[in-house]
Amino acid sequence: MRKLSLLITAFCFSMFAVNAQAQEKESVLIKNATVLTITNGDLEKTDILIEDGVIKEIGQNLSARGVKTINAEGKYVMPGIIDAHSHLAITQGVNEWTNPVTAEVTMEDVLDPNDIGMYRALAGGVTSIHVMHGSANVIGGQGETIKLRYGQDQEGLKFNDAPRTIKFALGENPTRVHGQGFDVQPRTRMGVEQIVRQTFDAALDYKRERDAYVSAQSKWEEDKEGKAPWPVAKNLRFEVINDIIEGEVLVHCHSYRADEIHMLMRVFNDYGVKNYTFQHANEAFKIAPELAANGANTSIFSDWWAYKFEVYYSTAFNAAILNKYGVTNSINSDSGELIRHLNHEAAKAVKYGGVSKNDALKMITINPAIQLGVDDRVGSLEVGKQADISIWSGHPLSIYSICETTLVDGVTYFDKDSDPDDMRLRINPEDNYEEVSTSGRHEDACMSDVFHFFGQEGKTAALNQR
Amino acid sequence: MLIGFASTVQAQITEEATFGKFAITNAKIHTVTDGVIENGIVLIEGKKISFVGTNAKITADFDRIDAKGKHVYPGFIDSGTLLGLKEIGAVAVTNDQAELGNINPHVRAFTAINPSSVNIPVTRVNGITTVISHPVSGVIAGKATLINLYGYTPDSMAVVQDAALHVDWPSKAKRGWWDDRDEKERMKDFNKRIGDHKSFWDKAQYYHEMMTKYEQNPQKYIKPNSDVRYKAMRDVFAGDLKVMISVDKAEDILESIKWSKDLDGIDVILSSVQEGYMVAEEIAESRIPCLVGPVLRTPSRDYVNYQRPYQNAGMLHDAGVMVAIRTGETENVRNLNFNAGYAAAYGLGKEEALKAVTINPAKIFGVDDQIGSITAGKIANLFISDGDPFETLTQIEHLFIEGVKVPLENRQTQLYDEFIDRADVK
Repeated sequence: MRKLSLLITAFCFSMFAVNAQAQEKESVLIKNATVLTITNGDLEKTDILIEDGVIKEIGQNLSARGVKTINAEGKYVMPGIIDAHSHLAITQGVNEWTNPVTAEVTMEDVLDPNDIGMYRALAGGVTSIHVMHGSANVIGGQGETIKLRYGQDQEGLKFNDAPRTIKFALGENPTRVHGQGFDVQPRTRMGVEQIVRQTFDAALDYKRERDAYVSAQSKWEEDKEGKAPWPVAKNLRFEVINDIIEGEVLVHCHSYRADEIHMLMRVFNDYGVKNYTFQHANEAFKIAPELAANGANTSIFSDWWAYKFEVYYSTAFNAAILNKYGVTNSINSDSGELIRHLNHEAAKAVKYGGVSKNDALKMITINPAIQLGVDDRVGSLEVGKQADISIWSGHPLSIYSICETTLVDGVTYFDKDSDPDDMRLRINPEDNYEEVSTSGRHEDACMSDVFHFFGQEGKTAALNQR
Repeated sequence: MLIGFASTVQAQITEEATFGKFAITNAKIHTVTDGVIENGIVLIEGKKISFVGTNAKITADFDRIDAKGKHVYPGFIDSGTLLGLKEIGAVAVTNDQAELGNINPHVRAFTAINPSSVNIPVTRVNGITTVISHPVSGVIAGKATLINLYGYTPDSMAVVQDAALHVDWPSKAKRGWWDDRDEKERMKDFNKRIGDHKSFWDKAQYYHEMMTKYEQNPQKYIKPNSDVRYKAMRDVFAGDLKVMISVDKAEDILESIKWSKDLDGIDVILSSVQEGYMVAEEIAESRIPCLVGPVLRTPSRDYVNYQRPYQNAGMLHDAGVMVAIRTGETENVRNLNFNAGYAAAYGLGKEEALKAVTINPAKIFGVDDQIGSITAGKIANLFISDGDPFETLTQIEHLFIEGVKVPLENRQTQLYDEFIDRADVK
């Protein structure tokens, strides 16, 4: 009986999914809300007119014919939340851990549109996430910025024309996986630096040789004089590194300690790399002035610490200190649990260190948008921006406020009032539906597939912890 | 570098804990058991609350705290943590929560509580004064302890040294995303655990009966050879030690309830109870109280509605179950308030959520005559806040543990003080 009802739900739901796919952009009029624009203050009793997925007008007494209207009287409307660090929507394995440098692999290739985690995130007001490679490698794979158009396929999830990104990782994770696990460099933070420098040097050498070959080859093809030049094979890994140096790929670097963050800024200055973001960055507060001087961004946990040695000297006041020194900082989840309440995580920046409410909200909207290079399209409520919006029962920094509706491009992807019990998109009738996962939080998700490098002791401890 | 750094921080400690006589005046007192008192007075003398009300003569020897516009709450109690046992998660040598083996009734969390854990002062900032800290390994993980979060020895911190025997109910379920055992492996592990568990209880009970007979009549009966594990179970069989069963999956909850029905005269508590709402009526019928949480966790199954983890405590309460809230945390036990806040927002309501972190756990662990409310004669565990303590933006301003006014300073605030205005930055 239970299985039957599940199947019926599944069937109903697949209808919903198809609908969502057919309607990529919608026109909506949101009436009488308190609008938290993020970039232009808070507006009382204000309407937002969305036309074909784009904000057309923000003001009072707006009207539009034949457009769906949402009565948001007494509600708070804010931009859809953006998570600059997520591992949701990935099929099998977040780490290509076979080499300390794997710049050629991409998350684009492994997007999983069925991940229920996306729906849970939508229910917390999240509209865009940065899907990242894990932190096993010094230079990991390329990320993918997606919109949570839950119900669409891989192509439908993509954030069109978002800049390319790549994951770097410093400290304990790469040194444990490669040094401790495989007995190859890096085993230390000294080694980590040299892996980066060595890779960048090799990539520049490659580019010089490859460019010389390509131009010699094209010349030879024209005049056929003498021998054909000796080929220099295309190297995808080095191509990506050169794209980083040329500013086409934004670096998001997993890091914790101040010294290693400072190290990478030195290296990047030597190679002319700009516009990068330190992820986690638990000790960024110690070098906030240096980060600001280099124009480096940070994307941090609100309060996670002490789960490993490199985060033992952390403080929940990190966000407040970074904010004071003018560092563009975001608050991320790196977790299928935290992503469900990033509004609450942002509120902790107010609690610990007195960041203003608007600055705290920036940390989950416009700031992550800046870090992902999409701030011209999302991250605030402004005319001309894409209509990624979340509607709340009260001010989103209150613990009692509940997200009621989430729109992506004007399309409703979450609505609390029509939220069925089962929101899976696909159901395999052969799956054991009694399968239960009883864990609490998703700690260090970016290492989930490399736990076996930490030996039986680590694994047993993990199994034994509630 | 780190050592040098740590010593600099140490040198910065300026606030000191104080003890004596305190008068909190003009406060909105949330007594929990006796309503809300506006413009009230709380007097603290030594370790105890000596007066709660509106009219009291305050002599000059009291340190006065004017709490006009502020709130007084009983210290919060987290009903399930690893605080004091685990310091740095990934550094195995700092982890004392998991002893080897499946059956360890003789190991005591109380023994391994580190009063100097850096995590403890960080926890206090949100008004949490008291926690259950428990071992977590095998099936019978050991004895949980109920401690106040201030003191220089576990003895001075303990409200109850051994608060419950912690049984981690064997489950066929995956423990989390990192659990890569296939179903066959999990079943094998389950069968071993449940078998070990049941046969141990039988033997331990037999030992207890033999010892009881021997004690009653040493001439007639032979003293059985002692065994630390069997000995450790005698308090349980005598009805002096509660049994706290951690269990999550609905069918496991039912099995554990069925098993505990045979435990004659032994108080049972369920802990974690992630899928409790699925079998809420059965739990209510068993009259077993539940320590629910973490509230902030993902749904147990892919098809489970996203709200259930938030709603679980409320749904259990509605069914008639006595509910307390736990975080299951170590370094972030400070987030107990927000676990309670989410439970409140999603059905439990503020009043019941407040009970779930104060008087309910006190009742469940049999210490409601000592803690869990603002009542004259109880231990002075309380805090003063500028608002609703479940709200993220609320600040806790003063904290008392056993009458000691404990500074809210901790490593995280010290790092803030040092780095918000770095001396070398012009």
